Amino acid sequence: MIRLERRLSQPWWLSLLVPIGSLVVAFAIMAVVLAVSGHAPGSTFRNMIEAGFTGNGAFSATLISATPILFTGLAAAAAFRMNLFNIGAEGQLYLGAIGASWIALRLGDHGVTSTPLFVVAMCVAAAFLGALWALIPGVLKAFANTNEIITSLMLNYVAGYLLTYLIFDSASYWRDVSTLQARAFPQGKPMPTGAEWPTFGSSVVVPLGFAIGLLVAAGLWVLYSRTRFGFEVRVIADSPRAARYAGMRTRRKILAVMAVSGAVAGIGGASQIGDFSHVLDGSPQGLQAAAFGYTGIVVAALARYNPIAVCVVAVLIGGLLNAGFTLQGVDFPSGLVGVMQGIILFCALGGEVLIRYRLRVTRRGRAHADAAEAAA
Amino acid sequence: MINDSLLVVVLTQAVLYGTPLLYASLGELLAERSGVLNLGVEGMMLFGAAVGYWATQRVDGSDAAVLPLAVLAAGLSGAAVALIHAFLTITLRASQIVSGLALTIFAGGLGLAAYFGNEVHLADLPAAHQFKNLDVLGLGDVAVVGPILFDQSALVYASWVLTLLVALYLGRTRWGLNVRAVGEAPASADAMGINVSLYRYVHVLLGGAFAGVGGACYSLLIAPGWVAGDTLVNGAGWIAIALVIFAFWRAELCLVGAYLFGGLSALPFALQAHDVTVTPEFLNALPYVMTIVVLVLVSTAFARRRLGAPASLGIPYAREER
Repeated sequence: MIRLERRLSQPWWLSLLVPIGSLVVAFAIMAVVLAVSGHAPGSTFRNMIEAGFTGNGAFSATLISATPILFTGLAAAAAFRMNLFNIGAEGQLYLGAIGASWIALRLGDHGVTSTPLFVVAMCVAAAFLGALWALIPGVLKAFANTNEIITSLMLNYVAGYLLTYLIFDSASYWRDVSTLQARAFPQGKPMPTGAEWPTFGSSVVVPLGFAIGLLVAAGLWVLYSRTRFGFEVRVIADSPRAARYAGMRTRRKILAVMAVSGAVAGIGGASQIGDFSHVLDGSPQGLQAAAFGYTGIVVAALARYNPIAVCVVAVLIGGLLNAGFTLQGVDFPSGLVGVMQGIILFCALGGEVLIRYRLRVTRRGRAHADAAEAAA
Repeated sequence: MINDSLLVVVLTQAVLYGTPLLYASLGELLAERSGVLNLGVEGMMLFGAAVGYWATQRVDGSDAAVLPLAVLAAGLSGAAVALIHAFLTITLRASQIVSGLALTIFAGGLGLAAYFGNEVHLADLPAAHQFKNLDVLGLGDVAVVGPILFDQSALVYASWVLTLLVALYLGRTRWGLNVRAVGEAPASADAMGINVSLYRYVHVLLGGAFAGVGGACYSLLIAPGWVAGDTLVNGAGWIAIALVIFAFWRAELCLVGAYLFGGLSALPFALQAHDVTVTPEFLNALPYVMTIVVLVLVSTAFARRRLGAPASLGIPYAREER
């Protein structure tokens, strides 16, 4: 029989050893899954590391995959830290993309060519719309006590249909109707060239969006661990009752945290437009296919909601996603990436227990004897 | 013919499309009544759908022999993935919310369901067996109620029996009473000699099994076949979780809610068939918007009187820390 005993003190090495141990266990389980379904684990893992990190140009591609999940991971971490389970980063990212592409097209129509202006305007518009979309579940949570998990999730589907509607079923501002071909095969208007975000570096190409994500992470870290706001958020998370007695305004914090979370996810949408796609893609194979929002939850949970750790985890999971795209085929079945994310998260959750509790394996009789001994 | 009117068609479809929601929400109801929130319904449904469809491909025989086996396989697969959630949340006391989300990512359309479907090439296989409508007692042609109630498939009839069984089980049996005790006050239940962990394990697994069967409703009845990705279930698992709240944790109200949302999901197809042109995205988004509206209405009523929610829902039970 396994018994759990709460640890009175947590040795420092545990918080280092346990995540590494969880990762090792996760890869061991993965190896079994692969072997059972007839794939060689060793070569699959080797291919993944090469395609994700060590191969020629692999790391640059990994950063491209890591950029959106860095934003959605930060968005999830910001909200989850207050036990506010915003799983709507997916939809908030779509809204961000819609806002960013709108302002970029508008500025383009007015003949603006300055890229810095584009970048700032796109980020602001995206953050605004993302925050607004996140405030729907936020307001409902704060004033009607509605479960934010389900409302924020439902809004992902609504946002997805909105995106499809804008490109496929309406003559919206985003849709390209300039040529006959574009009218027959619906697609978004291409962004003006000034709205293409620059990149840094040559051997490893860093997208501007990734750099912005790092800045956002630093900002969130300061906000959550160095300000009164962050302190109150942590108190509300750990003990809502204590927070109320201390006179903290829980409702305002819910609204503020949801807005921050949505804004961060929204900027992720802006980065998708500015860094990569340069067009609002409404098709189910476009923005909606990648499930950035859900992957962001995995990233945030593995980083234990720490914004700085999110940056590292986003690159690791980005490598996994990138390897998934690159290797897709007979040797690397689709779905493997999701399975791996799930297993890693399960193992991290299990590992969390080892940090908080001491495991004691006892035989049923022994446990009683121990208890009797302790009582005597 | 009144049976071809839009209203009857929508109501008939409401029952059809509500059936997977009903199975999944009954399962979630059992798990939540024992005190465990499982947000992995969407993933368990998709995996159940994949395995159920695979079973119809693998077993030869008549529909009557193969389909029950397929449903059983779907249920077992749902329970199998639910076991992970049960172990993490009951034995290891991990966060039920994060573990449930992890389960959906693990088992869902980008995870195990896709992996499994891909490994056994499900998408290339045409449907070999599917549930057909049974005209009960020859009442299928009766005006209005005939098509709605008496010309449905066995899965639909079985869901009615199951609803009744769950309602009786929770309300009228000793075990059901114990389940409610475990969900409301596990420490008291423990003191009475009820095995809290065992009850929670059993009901989380049952919940997984029901969700798996709910998923199989899609791959064997509504849209026989397998499509890669998560379009087959498309958020039904989440609606099922919302339904449990909407139903104030009561089985009979799950049925009402399931058909309400079944009707909303069926509306686009029915309107299309009757040449009514409404923007499809608007209709498709309707069930999701309505879920939010209904939840808000329910939660304001809920705030006034704490209706139905198990008091210990979401809280891990540790005997040492009571």
